[in-house]
This record gives sequence, C-alpha cells and structure tokens, in this order.
Amino acid sequence: MWQDVSSKKLSRRSFLVTASGVGVAVAFGSLPDVASAAGPLAPNAWVTIGEDGIITIVPPAVEMGQGVQTSLPLILAEDLDADWSKVRIAATPDDDKLYGNPAFRNQLTTVGSFAVTGYYERLRLAGAQARAVLLANAAEVWSVPVMELTTESGMVVHAHSGRRISYGDLAKTAKLPNPLPQISPADLKPASQFRLIGKDVPRLDIAAKVDGTAKYGIDTQLPGMLYATILYPSVQHQKPEQIDDSAAKAVKGLVRVVALPAGVGVIAETIEAAHKAKDALRVSWSAARAQTYTNEQILQDYSAIAADWSQPGIEMLNKGDAAAALKDAAKVLAADFFSEHVSHVCMEPLNATVKVDSDKVGTWSGNQSPTNMKILGALAAGTTPDKVTVHTTFLGGGFGRKTDGDELFQTTLLAKAVPGRAVKMIWSREDDIMNDKFRPLTAQHVEVGLDASGNIVGWRHRIVNESYLARIMPPDLFAQLKQDRVSGGGGEMSYAIPNHRVEWVRAPRGVDVGAWRGIAAGYTKFAIETLIDEVATLKGVDPVALRIAMLEDDPRAATVVKTVADMANWGQKRQDRAVGIAFSDALRSRTAAAAEVSVDEASGKIKVHHIWAAVDAGLAVQPRNIAAQIESAMTFGLGAALIEQITLKDGVVQQTNFHEYRVMRMSDMPPMDVKVISTDYKPTGIGEAGVPVVAPAIANAVALLTGKRLRHLPMTPDRVKRGLA
Amino acid sequence: MAAIGFTINGEMVSVEAAHDTPLLWVIREHLKLTGTKFGCGIAQCGACTVHVDGEPTRSCSVQVADIRDKQVTTIEGLSPDSSHPLQKAWIAEQVPQCGYCQSGQIMQAAALLQRNPRPTRDEIIAHMDGNICRCGTYSRIIAAIESVRGA
Repeated sequence: MWQDVSSKKLSRRSFLVTASGVGVAVAFGSLPDVASAAGPLAPNAWVTIGEDGIITIVPPAVEMGQGVQTSLPLILAEDLDADWSKVRIAATPDDDKLYGNPAFRNQLTTVGSFAVTGYYERLRLAGAQARAVLLANAAEVWSVPVMELTTESGMVVHAHSGRRISYGDLAKTAKLPNPLPQISPADLKPASQFRLIGKDVPRLDIAAKVDGTAKYGIDTQLPGMLYATILYPSVQHQKPEQIDDSAAKAVKGLVRVVALPAGVGVIAETIEAAHKAKDALRVSWSAARAQTYTNEQILQDYSAIAADWSQPGIEMLNKGDAAAALKDAAKVLAADFFSEHVSHVCMEPLNATVKVDSDKVGTWSGNQSPTNMKILGALAAGTTPDKVTVHTTFLGGGFGRKTDGDELFQTTLLAKAVPGRAVKMIWSREDDIMNDKFRPLTAQHVEVGLDASGNIVGWRHRIVNESYLARIMPPDLFAQLKQDRVSGGGGEMSYAIPNHRVEWVRAPRGVDVGAWRGIAAGYTKFAIETLIDEVATLKGVDPVALRIAMLEDDPRAATVVKTVADMANWGQKRQDRAVGIAFSDALRSRTAAAAEVSVDEASGKIKVHHIWAAVDAGLAVQPRNIAAQIESAMTFGLGAALIEQITLKDGVVQQTNFHEYRVMRMSDMPPMDVKVISTDYKPTGIGEAGVPVVAPAIANAVALLTGKRLRHLPMTPDRVKRGLA
Repeated sequence: MAAIGFTINGEMVSVEAAHDTPLLWVIREHLKLTGTKFGCGIAQCGACTVHVDGEPTRSCSVQVADIRDKQVTTIEGLSPDSSHPLQKAWIAEQVPQCGYCQSGQIMQAAALLQRNPRPTRDEIIAHMDGNICRCGTYSRIIAAIESVRGA
C-alpha cells in the first residue's frame, strides 16, 4: 500500500505541476529531457504510471480516518480514466511548494474540512493532463490522429481500427511530449461520464487496517532507535526548577535525562526503561498562571464579560444596527450559554520519532501538517526547514489535535541530545489528556429582538473564550488578523436576520486551547439553534416551518431541513419522547439533524433514541464515506453534548484516562440514519459538518418534552436535574 | 532478568525483559508486531486486545512474566492472509476510519464468535463495549459481526 515515491525519486521524465502553476489551466515550461523511455512514467508530480499498470497517486492530505487518501486519488483517477483496482497511494508528501492546499495558504495542512474542497480542481487537471500524455503517445505509436482516440478504465482505445493498449504497456515506451498538453477546466470530463466520482469505491487504506499492517507514527521502528518519555508538570506551563535524577540514573538502560522547557525527558535503550526512569524522577516546578484556573470560576468571569457590551470585543460580523433594533424591539429574548472544555483523545496518543544527524533532521509521525512539522523540527534542531524530512504515517485520529506539533518539537529537542540515533517518544494516555489543547471553555451571551408579531428584528451575540490562533500564530500576524474564527467564529448564520452583530472577546487565563472537530460552531450553533426554537415557541409556530421560512434565500439549506424532518416523521406525536431539530451551515456545508429524546427526570439522564441527519456538501465524491463521516462527527457531537468534559481545579486536569474522561461507547450509541444529498456544487467540508447540529437538536427535544431550556454543555444528569428543577 | 518463553502466533519466542513489563510493549517493541495498539495502559479502551490461550486479553495490563509458556495470538496471527471471516466482513462493511482501534476490535469480536457463533445484537454490544472507537464506527462494527454471524 505504501510506496516510497517521493519527488526526488521520480524519474527524469517527471514534470512538476507546481502550486503556482495551476489556476485556470495547468501551466508548463520547457522540458528538461524527454529522451529516456525506461521506468515508470510520471506525467506530472501527482501521478506515476508503472509498466505493470499500477497507478501511484500522491495524496496531498493526511489520512486520519476521513477517507481523504481515497477521495483525493479518486478525483485524479477520474480524469485519468484509470482502472481503480490498479490505483495505489504514494507516501504523504512534505513539499508544500508542490503539493500545498490552494484553499489553505498553500500549506500541507489537513484541517477545516478543506481537503477535497481545496484540491478538487487541481487533481482533476492533473489527471486530465496525464491522460492527455497517454493519448499523445498512443497516437504516435499507432500513427493516428489523437482526436480519434478515447480511453476507458486504464486503456487507450482506437475505435476505428479496434486497437486497444493498456496504460501500463504505454508507459513502457511513453515519452513526455514537448510541450506537454495544456489542460483547462473545459477539457475535464463532464459529470455525466463520471465512473468514480459519486460512485462508492472501496477505500484504499482499509485492507491494511484489518490485518495490523497499517503503519501509524507509534509503529515507527528504526535501526538503533532509542525510546523516550517526558515527565510533565501537573499544571500547564509550569517549568522544571530542580531535577533530582539520581534514582532515574540507576535504571538500567537509561541513556540521558534532558530538561525541556515543558518538562523533563528521559531517553533509554528500551521503552520499559524509559517508563521506569520517568517514574523515578523527582522534579520541582515553577509557578504558572494556570494554577488559579478552575472551570466554574472562569465561566463566571467569562459570563460577566459576555453580558457586558461596554467591554471591548472583536467585531466578527456586523450587519445593520443590532443595538438600535434591540432597543426598539417589542420583546428581547436574552440567554447565556456555557460549554466546558472537551478533549481530543485520539486513540493513538501523541508520539513522534525523530533523528538528528549533524544538521539533517528526519521526523516520523502521524500529523495533520507536514508544513508545521518541518518548521518545528527545524526550530527545535536549530536548522532550517529544508534540512528537515517529514515522514507522515496514517494518523490514529486527529480531530484538530495533530497540527500543533508540540510532541514533535519536544522529541526533536530530545533527539538533539543523542545525535545520530533515532528517538521514539510516546505519551501516556494521561500525558495526552493533561497536555491536550482543549476545545475552549466558552461563555456566550445572545440577545434576540422580536417585533410584536414575533419576527426577529435584531440579534447580538458575544462569545468569550481563549484564542487558539493567538497561541499558534506569530504575535505580529495575529495582531493584524485580530479575528480568531477557530475559537470565536461560528456566529454567522444563513437565516435572514436584518440587524446582526457578533463580537468575540479573547480572555486568556493560562490554559492552552486548540481546534476540536467542528471548531467554534460546536458551541455557537448550540446557542443559535436553540434560540431559533425559542423564537418559534414564542411565536407559536413550528420550528421546522420557521427555519424553512427563514432560509428562503438558501433553497439547499431549506431542503436539508425539510429532508431531515421527513426522515424523522416530524410532527408525529411520541409517547414520553420528543424530536428536536437543528441546522448548521458550518464548514461550508448544509447539515440538519433531528434527535428523538427522552429524559429520566429522576436521574436527569437524557437518552437519545435515534438521530437522523441530512447533508448537502455539494457534489458527493464518495457518498458512503460522507455518511460514515457524518456519523463519526455526530458521535463527537453526542459526546460533547452529553458526557465529555475536562475540568480543571487549581489548574490540575481532573480527568486522567478513559475511566474519567468518558467518550461514547457502543452501548451509548443511538441508531443513526444519514441522507447524503449530492448537488452540482463544488464539494465542501464533510469531516466536521456533523458535529454542530447534535447538541442543539437534543436540547430542543428536551425543551419540547419538558418546557425547560438547557444551556450548558455537556448536558450531564446533574445539570439536567438543575435545569428541570 | 531471565528470558521468558511463550508462543506468539504459533511461534516460540524467548524475550529478555523485566518481568513486570506489560505484554503490550513486549509485543510491539521487542517482537516488533505493531498491529496491537497502545491506547490507555489501564485496560479501559481495548486497543491492545490479543488472545492469551484463546481468551481476549488487554495486553497493556498483563505482565510478560504471567504469559510464560502460554499461547498469544495477535492481529497478525488471526489469519495468514487476512482471510478470517471478520477481516473480510470488516472490509465488506468498510468499517475502519482512522483504523487505530480496529485490531483490538477484531480480536475482541473474534473471541466472541469463538465462544458464541450466533450472538444477538445485545450480546455483541455487551461483549464489545470495552472497546472504544473514537471515530464512532460502532454501527459498522455491529453490522460486520452480524454479517459473519449470519453466514
């Protein structure tokens, strides 16, 4: 499955389609040398055609379960007209000049559900170009006009003479024409002829994931490799002051103890020696700001800031005059919303393997950003990014955690202490949770102004939390950007609201936050969508009908709402149960969900009996995989809605492992039905789109059932009991 | 630190490791069989599930000394060529997403079918509930097991 096809190993017949070279058309310069006809044919940097007919395609986004190392190669294979059974995935590249995502600052960073969106056209063009090269060669071999040739599933066909030749046989003698064929979007295959896009094909990564051969970062094995662990403080950003390593040094197999800014690392000959030496360390730590961090107090503090419009906030959105509209409103609905920290807990705990050899650095890890890993490896090793080779394996989960690269940075510092030897550093689950970059603890205050007939005339929304981007961006760049859409975004909505203002307030308190699947929409849609239901109740109208009416400018959005209502038999009375609905336009997709819910008022436990979802993410490249992703994201949504929370007490994370940080298990899962609506629009995000709709759908069902509004996530039994009292 | 002998995937091995070393790390880092995964270290997630004398076992929470002379089967030894009915079913149902937990899921499910070839849906859920899948592939796991059960 994994073939080592890096750009430097491509044959000299390769031609690089550079990042800047593709816009409207694939641009080409003059060719270096086209004489050689031996070895595989590489018409451009994206695809190699072997003499055996094997088509190896470079996957520019990382595979963390979202199926992108199938859907991206498939897009190229479509316009190449490849035989899908012959397609293989090349190694994940680390050259962002060649392979960076045009929708994400030309970086090799797999985030924000941008992969298919960003690469769709480029990969189609690359596939069409490779096909054109094959056609040109067949025309020359058969001495026929290229116009008379067609292709079908890995074969070039000349219908007049009945001749056929496979891509592999053509590759044996093929030359790259000079100049290479120019390709523009007009040359791409019409959608009516798609054989792969929109048809479900088996994922390329699955066979290796059922027999133990799939390689994740943690599986890295290198000759002479050492093992490392890191002792961390119990409060984030405390630093080691005094290190007593006398007992650690007595552990057989210990190689080095290394003080790091973030903790104390031990390097040993075996993993068990590394574990023992870590346990034997005695370290005193400096003070850190986070020592005063306790969730309840921070939320109170945030809540006061959220409701106080006199305090400065960053404008995230401003339409009309919301303040004036609220002043003149017949009625104002005001509500405060809270959401606790949640943790990524990827099943593969963070780990990295790094080898520093004079000024050369090699890294091996499952990460979401080869671009970031290259920079971090260089920074830690004291060299430049061009000296760093980033090997990216499969990821055992990512969900936004594996862009930061803190584990790789720290491992590089350790590897620097033992030059010439690879060091594999693995976090324990406890390290992984305690050092997570949590979804931010968030308070929101929303005021909705209604006229005498209950129509929305104004909407003000303030979001208060710590910033993710302020932590990861250089300060001067963040000062220019000001808006953090990861932490403070998601206030926008597709509903027609005449006067709308959204502000975000950054309120740092010493605990790092990160990007968690669904980002800010995971809590902003909870506020927005439950308030829409409240407006419907006040107005005495059906929540589905109200949404459809307010979405009249976006028929695709109205369609998903209507579709999910039909799936859930909306309007049908249930005994002791209710169905709640929610809509989300986050991640550029339209998603709606309905949840059938009951509440045990004595225990406060919410039971979700069924969830239905409908999604329109434009052209559905892999419908079955999209359904799987929506289910997966809704599983995250369920966890964040009902059970997942990280609490800090005086800065110490109270949940250490899966017995304390609960995630959804098989017995917790309701049946899910997902309808994927494929439309002719450009594909949009699917990996996260299912998250934001779940919590509001559940809360809306609870309100229909009990008349009570739950506004604090997760809706744990104790909070539900308080909410219903 | 005397050598500890046991059988893994039908092969006799002898391992030099401290007796309290978790079996998981012996399998992964001494024997380099990396299909068995580390998830939590305290038998709470099931990613490290192997069979010890046929019993599904969390290898992170068993000391290697306790395995002496026993038979260990890992995902690599479940079938010689991915031909175990569950492996085929996992592919047919396209179960894995990130895939990291799936070795443990398959080993856990294989142990169920060995002792109960026709489990009900509730029996499947009860047996599999200790295995976390963060990607939420549970419905497909159930479907895959049910497809084998029905065969």
